[in-house]
Amino acid sequence: MQKLDSKIPDGPLADKWKNYKAGLRLVSPANKKKIEIIVVGTGLAGSAAASSLGELGYKVKVFCFQDSPRRAHSVAAQGGINAAKNYRNDNDSVYRLFHDMIKGGDYRAREANVYRAAEVSNDVIDHFTALGVPFARDYGGTLDTRSFGGVQVSRTFYAKGQTGQQCLLGTYSSLNRQIAKGTVKMYPRRDMLDIVIIDGKTRGIITRNLLTGEIERHSAHAVVLATGGYGTVFYLSTLGLGSNASAAWSAFKKGAFFANPSFIQIHPTSIPVLNDYQCKLTLMSESLRNDGRVWVPKQKGDKRHPVEIPEDERDYYLERRYPAFGNLVPRDVASRAAKERCDAGYGVGDTGLSVYLDFKDAIAKQGEDKIRDKYGNLFEMYEKITGINPYRQPMRIYPAGHYTMGGLWVDYNLMTTIPGLFAIGESNFSDHGANRLGASSLMQCCGDGYFILPNTISDYLADDIRTGKIPEEDKEFEKAEKNVSDRIKRIMSVKGKQTASSFHKRLGKIMWDHCGMRRDAEGLKKGMELLKELEKEFWSDICIPGSDRELNQELEKALKVADFFEVGRLMCEDALQREESCGAHFREEHQTETGEAKRDDSKFAFVGAWEFQGQDARPKLHREELEFKYVELKERSYK
Amino acid sequence: MDFKLKIWRQKNAQAKGSFRTYPVSDVSPEMSFLEMIDYLNKQIIESGGEPITFEQDCREGICGSCGLYINGRPHGPMRRTTTCELHMREFSDGETIVIEPWRSKAFPVIKDLVVDRSSFERVMHAGGFISVDTGSAAEANSLPVSKHNSDKAFDAAACIGCGACVAACKNSSAVLFAAAKIAQYALIPQGKAEAKERVDRMVKQMDTEGFGYCSNTYGCEFDCPKGISVDFIALMNREFFSSKLCKQIPGKYTRKV
Ligand SMILES: Cc1cc2nc3c(=O)[nH]c(=O)nc-3n(C[C@H](O)[C@H](O)[C@H](O)COP(=O)(O)OP(=O)(O)OC[C@H]3O[C@@H](n4cnc5c(N)ncnc54)[C@H](O)[C@@H]3O)c2cc1C
Ligand code: SF4
Ligand code: FES
Repeated sequence: MQKLDSKIPDGPLADKWKNYKAGLRLVSPANKKKIEIIVVGTGLAGSAAASSLGELGYKVKVFCFQDSPRRAHSVAAQGGINAAKNYRNDNDSVYRLFHDMIKGGDYRAREANVYRAAEVSNDVIDHFTALGVPFARDYGGTLDTRSFGGVQVSRTFYAKGQTGQQCLLGTYSSLNRQIAKGTVKMYPRRDMLDIVIIDGKTRGIITRNLLTGEIERHSAHAVVLATGGYGTVFYLSTLGLGSNASAAWSAFKKGAFFANPSFIQIHPTSIPVLNDYQCKLTLMSESLRNDGRVWVPKQKGDKRHPVEIPEDERDYYLERRYPAFGNLVPRDVASRAAKERCDAGYGVGDTGLSVYLDFKDAIAKQGEDKIRDKYGNLFEMYEKITGINPYRQPMRIYPAGHYTMGGLWVDYNLMTTIPGLFAIGESNFSDHGANRLGASSLMQCCGDGYFILPNTISDYLADDIRTGKIPEEDKEFEKAEKNVSDRIKRIMSVKGKQTASSFHKRLGKIMWDHCGMRRDAEGLKKGMELLKELEKEFWSDICIPGSDRELNQELEKALKVADFFEVGRLMCEDALQREESCGAHFREEHQTETGEAKRDDSKFAFVGAWEFQGQDARPKLHREELEFKYVELKERSYK
Repeated sequence: MDFKLKIWRQKNAQAKGSFRTYPVSDVSPEMSFLEMIDYLNKQIIESGGEPITFEQDCREGICGSCGLYINGRPHGPMRRTTTCELHMREFSDGETIVIEPWRSKAFPVIKDLVVDRSSFERVMHAGGFISVDTGSAAEANSLPVSKHNSDKAFDAAACIGCGACVAACKNSSAVLFAAAKIAQYALIPQGKAEAKERVDRMVKQMDTEGFGYCSNTYGCEFDCPKGISVDFIALMNREFFSSKLCKQIPGKYTRKV
């Protein structure tokens, strides 16, 4: 059995990274040219890593499934990116950012990793500014910030409601510069379907060329996965439709441990489901809760138009329950509170499954122009989708699957349990514990890609300067390629009657009902059974028209759905094992008298890392105990 | 609602395509345009046919993947709206809707409604960046940038790279796309150092890719889902001509990338 060694360096928290980095080995410029690195993913994490590695002189190959790296789902991030600049003089600091993240994550993340993420956050803002990312500014020409949920300082940098787009276009521009220089080669329209391990080290990947259907081999000295989150396991989520777990899952099946798979964030403010054909939910940024007030009618089933409901008949339930943080409580708390009101019969809209987010007071106080300046594009988006003008009447919102805190287990070097396989950005598990604070993912993705991975991967590659090119003819490549081809053959040959999307929709509903915002042992077990049944049906009735040797979107979808059955089961398994409530993971059996999450630090202050044991065998759980030396474990209170 | 859809079908890049007509009924006005195609595709697949292939990912108007030529207009009838944001309530019951891919020499059709937009990528490779290595940036607030210019740079940077401007233009010109990037960097101090080479190289690359010239008909701005302003084209032209003037001084602006 492999021992889980997180490789956290000794020494005081604030010096760990500095001292550790100083001791990392380097690869000389002449040797870098001989070393190839594969980066899968071109979101913030992947494109930041690939461009930095290219700048350093490595030979980099980058992959994404879209037609352009600029379309990675990071582009959809709205609200902002955190940094501990303390520009507002509100007593912010690296330590405070670290502390907020540890607390926000409900004490289920590693202190050392989180501190490092906070530490490099300022460099990220400096770099983006130099790259010409047009963050919002004040009249004096300096950068503006805003507040975000779960914290009491203003440290979030933003570009209207399009921060992800602007940051991604920044990393994309660095990537383009390296592509032009020839240090980075871009492979768009590729699905990564397997990794290749030779003599215990990751040496390449197998991809499917989405235009020709060709199965391709790509070798390298190390592989970096930056393949994003798998919130699409719920079918309806705020993720892009192509988002998937398949890349990480193929690594899991080759021996990489998967950590905390059930920690998945349900975002409180998404536009509710409007029709039965929907396959995607649209987020309304958390930043809206800065000025918007959340409420439901005090009277059950009140069918009046929201503007006709007088002030004293409205229940501003977040302000009522959490006076200290009000509408700015963290996401897990806000989501559960919305569900609680709707389940109790106070929800609004036709389905009763939504609550109001109201800007009336903010508009009265600040004027419509100011609100338009801050959130113009979000309001426009809302109106386009719903046909309702949110300047005139409140938005309707409801929680939706959004962000996966869980992911591939990595050590302090961001390396998985397979040597030479690294995971960065949302695809790893490391920095957000059981709940992510707003605006801290963009920060982590960029920190990982720009400032952390380039250092740690060089240390790993220092052993590879004499290895020479990895041959793609190796029998391990042949084996992996055959595995992939066989699987495609198998799925193509079912020739059933139902579409991949219809299976995905049913699968998503099972996950939402049994492993969503509230979970209990019975429901989780039931969920696993239902998944098994549906999976069986899938493998005997999936319908994929056309051939696998052409652009075939149904095949692409089916391969992803096939993996989601397995991912879903592991999520249930993980949620079942964790007999406590923490962050986004809420077990009905473990709550306080007032309905808040009840952690059990004596038994569950660990990272649950799962090891694959074979297709039909139960995966094995490994525990990485979490040590808290710098923060005191407390009940997380936002009252 | 019921519709008659006339959709461009083309097996692959080599095949000759043609329109096929599909009736769809019981469409809800709340459906988005792409949900309506999903709905049709489900019926096509379940009755043994091959679904209509189209590009998409975010379904919220930001990734730039989707892009259909609907009733003779890129992204359909609504201004400042991408195909994925368009809803069926904008159409009238019983209408015939014609759906085609982008048409441009620089965007060859791959299959059905999917086109190859890699020419846009190469225009970006030519100069769509500020040359700064990771680690070499100064403290962010050490360089103040006027709010006015910064906001304008943002407006330019809001381009999603969808290609509607090219599809809308009778000359298949890509200037709005290129100008948006050039303007973003020309408006802020960080982009000044290599502004002249940038515009020069990006314009040259547009020619190489087979995009046409701009004859100021402004169809691009009208159909751009992000409302990118043609003012940026004027700004780009100024940059371009001043780069030509400076080129007279030999060696001065011939720095490598
Ligand atoms: C709507 C929305 C709003 C958000 N707002 C914020 C915010 O305001 N602030 C914040 O901090 N965070 C926000 N987040 C979270 C944040 O955007 C993401 O966590 C982050 O952008 C993920 O970046 P990434 O680089 O890890 O992955 P992504 O950007 O998702 O990129 C994944 C990449 O991997 C590639 N890929 C995936 N699978 C494969 C495969 N099998 N084969 C080949 N390539 C593959 C894709 O092509 C893509 O290039 C938001 C998320 C969403 C969904
Ligand atoms: S300028 Fe407008 S139409 Fe052209 S690519 Fe950009 S967003 Fe699309
Ligand atoms: S699918 Fe992303 S812009 Fe339409």
